[in-house]
Amino acid sequence: MKVEYEKKDKLLILKITEEIDHHSCEKIKKRADYEIEIHIPKKVVFDFSNVNFMDSSGIGMIIGRYKLVKMFGGKMELINVKPSIKKILEMSGILKLISIEETGGSEFEKCI
Amino acid sequence: MKNVYENEMKLEFLSKSSNESFARITVAAFASQLDPSLEEIADIKTAVSEAVTNCIIHGYEEKEGIIKIKCKLFANSIEIEISDNGKGIEDIEKARQVLYTSKSELERSGMGFTIMESFMDEVKVESVLGVGTKVTMKKMIKVTDGIEEMKVRL
Ligand SMILES: Nc1ncnc2c1ncn2[C@@H]1O[C@H](COP(=O)(O)OP(=O)(O)O)[C@@H](O)[C@H]1O
Ligand SMILES: [Mg+2]
Repeated sequence: MKVEYEKKDKLLILKITEEIDHHSCEKIKKRADYEIEIHIPKKVVFDFSNVNFMDSSGIGMIIGRYKLVKMFGGKMELINVKPSIKKILEMSGILKLISIEETGGSEFEKCI
Repeated sequence: MKNVYENEMKLEFLSKSSNESFARITVAAFASQLDPSLEEIADIKTAVSEAVTNCIIHGYEEKEGIIKIKCKLFANSIEIEISDNGKGIEDIEKARQVLYTSKSELERSGMGFTIMESFMDEVKVESVLGVGTKVTMKKMIKVTDGIEEMKVRL
């Protein structure tokens, strides 16, 4: 996972660089929680551009991080999500809570 | 119509989470003989990942055990059987319900069976408490035009 933090906007960008399953989730959860807890960001962006696979373990992982971010009063967003993964997210109903932004919003572009 | 093509493979591996990707990639590679679309391959990978993960987390509860996969190819479909000799499921109907999970403390979403059901055409679950669980899934693979033409000529 690649981590970027934009202090000015309190924006944390977590770019996942592997397939998301039960095996990889443990590592992803630990790192994401650590970064969220030390920065207390206003907004967390999960960048999925390098994620080619995700199963239902990913849904649990995203919901868990969402709860943590929300507890600190922040927002969460997913970007660059591939269609096969979007299908799973749609099925789970979590898109009612967390939005998918199509290919990096302007705010995000400025930060990278 | 008689099956134009039939093939079969079996796979046995330890219930380690590092084998989840090995299992789905191996089944997808075998399925590729049917010339499936990218979407069909993604569906198969996801369904296999769900079933194998369930054997590891729920069947064996992260203890060591053996997971078996049997895979059959037909002319335009694939059948995948994934089984464990773990703790078994008490109430299969309840287990298959959307969002039902017995392990919410592990951040499971309870979407596994729902994903298997929507990505595959048929999902059968057989389980005996203390003996194990077997999930059998079938998926039709749409034959692409080129192959259809070939079959007509044959
Ligand atoms: N192989 C298995 N052995 C024992 N119990 C299982 C197995 N597969 C599924 N289950 C039970 O069915 C429930 C639902 O499974 P699933 O839909 O994949 O959701 P999740 O894995 O997120 O809990 C599990 O919580 C578990 O109680
Ligand atoms: Mg599951």
